[in-house]
Amino acid sequence: MGLELYLDLLSQPCRAVYIFARTNNIPFEFKRVDLRKGQHRTEEFQKVNMLMTVPALKEDSFTLAESIAILLYLARKFKTPDHWYPAELQKRARVDEYLSWQHTTIRMKAGTMLIHKMLLPVITGKPVPAEKMQSLTEELNVVLNQFEQKFLQDKPFIAGTEVSLADLLALEEIMQSLIVGHDPFEGRPKLAAWRKRVEGAVGQQLCQEAREVMLNPSNPSADQITPEMVELLKKKYLK
Amino acid sequence: MGLERYLDLLSQTCRSIYIFARSNNIPFEFKHVELFKESVLGKKPAAGSGAEQPHAGPSSREGAGKVSLLKKVPALKDGDFTLEECTAILLYLSRKYNTPDHWYPADIQKRAQVDEYLSWHHANIRASAPKTMWIKVLIPLFTGQPLPSQKLQEVMEGLSSSLKQFEERFLQDKAFIVGSQISLADLVAIVELMQPVGVGCDIFEDRPRLRRWRRRVEDAVGKELFFQAHEMILNIKELSSMQIDPELKEQLAPVLMKMLK
Repeated sequence: MGLELYLDLLSQPCRAVYIFARTNNIPFEFKRVDLRKGQHRTEEFQKVNMLMTVPALKEDSFTLAESIAILLYLARKFKTPDHWYPAELQKRARVDEYLSWQHTTIRMKAGTMLIHKMLLPVITGKPVPAEKMQSLTEELNVVLNQFEQKFLQDKPFIAGTEVSLADLLALEEIMQSLIVGHDPFEGRPKLAAWRKRVEGAVGQQLCQEAREVMLNPSNPSADQITPEMVELLKKKYLK
Repeated sequence: MGLERYLDLLSQTCRSIYIFARSNNIPFEFKHVELFKESVLGKKPAAGSGAEQPHAGPSSREGAGKVSLLKKVPALKDGDFTLEECTAILLYLSRKYNTPDHWYPADIQKRAQVDEYLSWHHANIRASAPKTMWIKVLIPLFTGQPLPSQKLQEVMEGLSSSLKQFEERFLQDKAFIVGSQISLADLVAIVELMQPVGVGCDIFEDRPRLRRWRRRVEDAVGKELFFQAHEMILNIKELSSMQIDPELKEQLAPVLMKMLK
C-alpha cells in the first residue's frame, strides 16, 4: 500500500496538502472525503482518523491527522527542497510561528465566515443577518491586518526570500472567504502581490486545479447535507 | 505590584517554556511583563537588555486573540531575533540547544505524532482549559461579579469532550503521547490541564489514566521543578483577594465580558 491522502478540496488545509504533494511530485492516492455529506464521520473513515477531520494521511499502518503534521512529515520523508521548511534555525522558527498562530486567527475567522454564509442559511432557511456578516468581516480584517503587519511585513514571503509551508497554508486559508464572495485581497495590494508570488512559485495551473471545487461549490441544497450534519451545525453555531 | 508577578507563571505557555528551559539547563532570563497594566495604560514592555542569552516573558495568548487589549509582547528575544508562539519557541530552543532526542524525536513518524498533537491542541484543549480560570477567577476579579454557573458548565463540557479525544486518540495505552518517553507534546498538554486544577476544576479526579500520565510527566520533568512552575496557579485563590486599581477595573471589565462570547 502506498501513501493515501484523505482530502476534501473545499477545506483550506486539504488544498495546502494537495498542492504541496503535487508540486513536489510526491506519489499518493487521492481519497475523497465529502464533508458536506458527512463522510468524515463514517465508521470507515474513523478507522483512518478517529478525530474525524481532514486532511488525513495513511501509509500502511501509520495514520496521521492535522495538516501541519502531514506537511512536515511529507517534507521530511520526501526530502523536499529546503525553502519549504528551511534548515536555518531562525527562518524555520518563522515558519513555525505562523503555523502556530494561524489556528485561532485566520483559520478560525475565514472558516466561520464560510459556515455562516454558506451552510447555516441552508439549515435555517434564512440568509445570514447583515449585522452578523459585518462583524465576521471586521474580525477577518483584523487578522488580515495582523498577517500583513507581523508575518509578511516588507518581505516577499513569510520566512524571507523564498516560499515556504507557511505561505502555502496561509494563502489557502486567506482564499477561503472567496467561496462566499468575500474578496480578502480587495484593497490590499501587498497581500495581492504576495498571492501572485506564491502562486507563481507553486504553479498557476496547479492552484487552479486545487481550487476548482472551492470556486464552484455548487450551492448546497438541504438534501445534500445529512441530518446528522444538520444537527451538529445547529448545535455548534446556533446558540 | 503583586498582580504583575503572578501573571508571569499564570500563563500556560510561559510555564511550558520555563519548565523546558530549566529542565534542559538552558540559560534563561525571565523578563517580567505587566500584561494588563501595560496594555491598558499604554506602557511599552520593558526593553530587552541585549543579553546574549535568550530570554522570554509570558506571551499574551490568553483570550486567543479575541481581546485586542492584550498586546502581543515579544515572547522570546535572542539578540535581534524575536519570536512569539509557544510551539515555535519550544522548537527553537530544542534545536538551538540540542536537547535530548525524546523531546522532539528524530524518527519521522514519532516526530509527526508530536507535531500532530501540538497542532490539534490549539483548537481543542487550549480552546477550553484556560477559560476555566477566566470564568472562575480573573473575570470576577475585574468585574466584581461571579459568572453564571451555566458558563462554566459549557466550558467543562467542551473540555470533557477534548479530554476524551486526548485519552482515546493521543494517549491511549502508552506511557506518554509518543511512546515511552516524554516529549514536547506532553509538556504542552500538562501545563494547559493544570489551569482548571488551579481553580478547583480537578479534571484528573475522575480520570485515572490521565492521572497516572500526569504523575509520569511530573517525574520525568522533576517534581520540584513542576511544582515550582505551578506554584502560582495552584495558589490562585490568593489572587482573588487582591486589590485591583479601580481605573483598571473599569477599563478592563467590558472587554473581559466580551471575551467570553
